[in-house]
Amino acid sequence: MKFLVCISNVPDTTTKIAFTPDNKEFNKAGVQFVINPWDEYALTRAIELKEAAGSGTVTVLNVGEADTEPNIRKALAIGADDAIRVNAAPQDAYFVAEQIAAVAKEGGYDVILMGKESIDYNGFQVHGMVGEMLGIPTVAPAMKLDLSGNTATLEREIEGGKEIVTVNTPFVASCQQPMCEPRIPNMRGIMTARTKPLKVIPPVGEPARTTVAEYALPPKKQGVKLIPAENAGDLIKLLRNEAKVI
Amino acid sequence: MSVLVVVECAEGEVKKSSLEVASYGAQVAAQLGTTATAIAVGGATEANLASLGEQGITKVLYDAEPRLKEFSNNAYTKLIATAAEQEQATIIVLANSNIGAAVGSRLSVRLKASLATNVVELPKTDGGQFVVKRGAFSGKAFSNVVLSGDRKIIAVKKNSTEARHEAGKIAEVVSFSAQLSDADFADAPTKVVMQEQAGGVLLPEAELVVSGGRGMKGPENWGLIEDLAKALGAATACSKPVSDVDWRPHHEHVGQTGITVSPNLYIACGISGAIQHLAGVNSSKVIVVINKDPEAPFFKAADYGIVGDVFEVLPKLTAAVKELN
Repeated sequence: MKFLVCISNVPDTTTKIAFTPDNKEFNKAGVQFVINPWDEYALTRAIELKEAAGSGTVTVLNVGEADTEPNIRKALAIGADDAIRVNAAPQDAYFVAEQIAAVAKEGGYDVILMGKESIDYNGFQVHGMVGEMLGIPTVAPAMKLDLSGNTATLEREIEGGKEIVTVNTPFVASCQQPMCEPRIPNMRGIMTARTKPLKVIPPVGEPARTTVAEYALPPKKQGVKLIPAENAGDLIKLLRNEAKVI
Repeated sequence: MSVLVVVECAEGEVKKSSLEVASYGAQVAAQLGTTATAIAVGGATEANLASLGEQGITKVLYDAEPRLKEFSNNAYTKLIATAAEQEQATIIVLANSNIGAAVGSRLSVRLKASLATNVVELPKTDGGQFVVKRGAFSGKAFSNVVLSGDRKIIAVKKNSTEARHEAGKIAEVVSFSAQLSDADFADAPTKVVMQEQAGGVLLPEAELVVSGGRGMKGPENWGLIEDLAKALGAATACSKPVSDVDWRPHHEHVGQTGITVSPNLYIACGISGAIQHLAGVNSSKVIVVINKDPEAPFFKAADYGIVGDVFEVLPKLTAAVKELN
């Protein structure tokens, strides 16, 4: 079984978001970048399934410039076998999906996994686009993934419940908790990752279909109105009469 | 040119988020001088679909194929694409739900459309550009995105726009068939399992949310959260540490790596307000924080606050709500 795991390079979850003075770009200064937390579920699950089968390969794919390589090496240290970097800044979801679809087609992957969404642009788009470009099923967002031969059984989260979905390979799934416990690299992994293959390839396809004109931060709160704990019931009156939300 | 709105139904009724989407689509249609047609999925009664007229929808397409009651990404994509071609829709509006966003991404490739998810406002169409404002950085920021294609797909974030109610207006319900075959349903679920919901309010759709953090000290104390939620008709939620230690199920986890919510009221009990949690809730209209630590960072993001012991404050709030009702 050939697994392709797509990872995105995102600001650490503790990052305070700021933009360049013209609000056109995210300000990367001083920001620590990590593997997108949702993608870690995809990566670990692929490694677990490969180990359980006793055969197969896990290839990590990233669309990004050279500065994403530390996180690609981290994915190799966690247990992926090799990596591919499409040498381009990710312009939009469509552009990224084109790159993934091209790599997937070329390499004949059976299972294409990624996180449910990236925590920076929050598109929740790439999985469906890749599935449609390749003409294969997409299961998103998946909470559970098991394989038996070339048949996969997944649990898909829906509002208020879950669906059990069975699909044959090849397919695309976007992953989220509680699929597995994401692994962290151990020393041996870090050592071996240095020599694992990382192939850099040029981008393909059509230009992006969306462009960001400007970013904005949410409006600041006016300041908190404190209610003494002994008069806690007054809060409910304020919510009814002043804030008018109940 | 027209606007096509995808309306999700469950248990015979149109979902609340889809009423918002219908209203959004009708307003976009008015902006562009055209009409809004809906395509229904998930199985609703004809009377409920006709009432989409109240949201400004003129026509509703309804495919009676029984298998459309359950979600199939392939079948839904084909259904909506067929409807879009028939109606010559240049704009398709869906809910930013686990159904809407999943279908939207496939549709965007099939229809060669520009796609924006997590959209929070009506588009700006002056100056020859089509610009939508959407949530980004997991609730920590917004981006204004230019959609450049001839066709555009917009997935609207829940509770970010109001559903309108022009009472008595009726939409025409027209039967429609996308000629779906067995092969189209290959990815349909073999089984659907629904959770037990406290008070029956689903968190992603909730207007009011009562949420607990580590300050609740243990799962055995959740009755206090549930009592207040029940009195208010609210959904319950929790912070990441709480779902990490299995006090509560992960689907209640609100935050950057859980779900982002934007209810009218979010009451945080014993949650300190880590930046990742705030990202998940800061588009809530009103935030109430109850914490015994006056230095808890959450107070800076709150509209109302009580510095006090949640175990004393919560029963008082529940009693006050019951008194008010």
